[in-house]
Amino acid sequence: MTAAQTVLPTLAPLLPELILAVGVMVLILYGAFRGERSVEGVNVGALLLLLLAFFVVVSQPAGMKVTTLSGAFISDAFSRVMKGLILLGSSATILLSRDYFQRERIDRFEYPILIVLCTIGMMVMASANDLIALYLGLELQSLAAYVIAAFHRDNLKSTEAGLKYFVLGALSSGMLLYGASLVYGFTGTVSFPGIVSALHGEAGFGIVLGIVFVAAGVAFKMSAVPFHMWTPDVYEGSPTPVTAFFASAPKMAAVAMTVRVFIGAFPDVTAIWQQIIVFVSIASMALGSFAAIGQRNIKRLMAYSSIGNIGYALIGLAAGSQEGVQGVVIYMIIYLAMTLGAFAIILSLRRRDEMFETIDDLSGLSRTHPVLAFCLAMMMFSLAGIPPLAGFFAKFYVFAAAIKAGLVTLAVIGVVTSVVGAYYYLRIVKVMYFDEAKAPYEAMAPGLRIVLAISSVVVILFFLLPGPLRGAADAAARSLF
Amino acid sequence: MIGLSHYLTVAAILFTLGVLGIFINRKNVIVILMSVELILLAVNINLVAFSTHLNDITGQVFALFVLTVAAAEAAIGLAILVVFFRNRGSIAVEDVSMMKG
Repeated sequence: MTAAQTVLPTLAPLLPELILAVGVMVLILYGAFRGERSVEGVNVGALLLLLLAFFVVVSQPAGMKVTTLSGAFISDAFSRVMKGLILLGSSATILLSRDYFQRERIDRFEYPILIVLCTIGMMVMASANDLIALYLGLELQSLAAYVIAAFHRDNLKSTEAGLKYFVLGALSSGMLLYGASLVYGFTGTVSFPGIVSALHGEAGFGIVLGIVFVAAGVAFKMSAVPFHMWTPDVYEGSPTPVTAFFASAPKMAAVAMTVRVFIGAFPDVTAIWQQIIVFVSIASMALGSFAAIGQRNIKRLMAYSSIGNIGYALIGLAAGSQEGVQGVVIYMIIYLAMTLGAFAIILSLRRRDEMFETIDDLSGLSRTHPVLAFCLAMMMFSLAGIPPLAGFFAKFYVFAAAIKAGLVTLAVIGVVTSVVGAYYYLRIVKVMYFDEAKAPYEAMAPGLRIVLAISSVVVILFFLLPGPLRGAADAAARSLF
Repeated sequence: MIGLSHYLTVAAILFTLGVLGIFINRKNVIVILMSVELILLAVNINLVAFSTHLNDITGQVFALFVLTVAAAEAAIGLAILVVFFRNRGSIAVEDVSMMKG
């Protein structure tokens, strides 16, 4: 038998990505032929595609763990949970965007298409089982994200945000790649299971250097300190729905990628990366709480809040245990709900053609818009970690995992910084309930209402029925160990 | 005799030059794009050197993917730069500073 045999890869595990990829091609053609009249159709089509992919992901068999494309792509419980979150985040973004884009007169059909392309990249990141797939997924996500950051192309702030995001994002991809090339060179393979068996639980200088560069690259994508400097500027400059997007779905993908790399490829050399993750986690929590105190712009505040939240999620990864990863997954589920809810409210602060985005604009919101103020107060209490709201449980699980893994100092620092962080979350509540009322804002757009309703239900009522989400997170964590 | 370590050294130097080019450069955003390209090419030297050394084709496949993505990245970077220039009228690094803090 000398002739090379070609075996076609099984494509069934790729079905959600394929649906999105083929669907987005159809949408591009539709948009190209119908021009500006296609905006409505492309928006609806993109939303339907994302929801269809979500249902396909959810309905994939629960215990399934298969690799395909010569081991480059893995579909397991972890990737399915993270993909579900990514798809929900992207769908919510499309719902949040329409009204804003119409009023700003930048309503173009390219936007939903870029969101879907970005989503495909994120799903590949969550499912990557070797360094090449990881890099390609990451770049597909990043390239689309640079463009949508600069989507308001006649606006100086938006284009500046796009430029900054591009330069720093390209630098971080370069660092990740340099690390990947060293890991490849010193293990002789790019596949994660291959790296595990090549290392035998010990790592030479080349591998350590490689892990450090990879860690720097992923920290950039998660916007963890010390690679967070792009976050506040990009969040402030991008159109607000795009900020909501950056704070939701790509964070899920970046965290999924980080867990996948460290737990999937370097599980036996924990000692090396654990100290990096502990440092990054502490620095992110501290910066997230202290730097946010002086902020007046809500989008900037949310940027620092997201930096802090990534710090808390990384506590779970630092633990390196199954409980730790479960904590990370629960944290990301709840973080997604809190962020989308908060942004739905920020997006509804508008009077005629003017958007308001400073904290002072929230003053007296409880008298003009009691429901909105109540929901935002719940999001803020939850972000501050006050029981019985969801945010408390999110923090509880990661802290518990850290203590179980012997990282007591890390958990204590986490509690202290979350107390500091509570100050600025509670200040927003104070401004809404006790300050002078301003003129009322316009009624919320239907898309915003849907997103706000769903995320409020998750945040407020999580404690009544934590079972399903905990179960999903548990299955996700188990599939990695 | 030129061995693996020579290639790795060249790649490390190029990579460092690229990173420094991004951080020390105070003039022009185009120089930043060139530095990004330098970083990616340093990675490619690494990958191909390792690939020949290990006698394993994967590294060269990876390098081809990197080249492809680098082209796409440069295209998007230049597009964003053009849009920025239309709004600001300048591509000096110190003018990319509307937002600070």
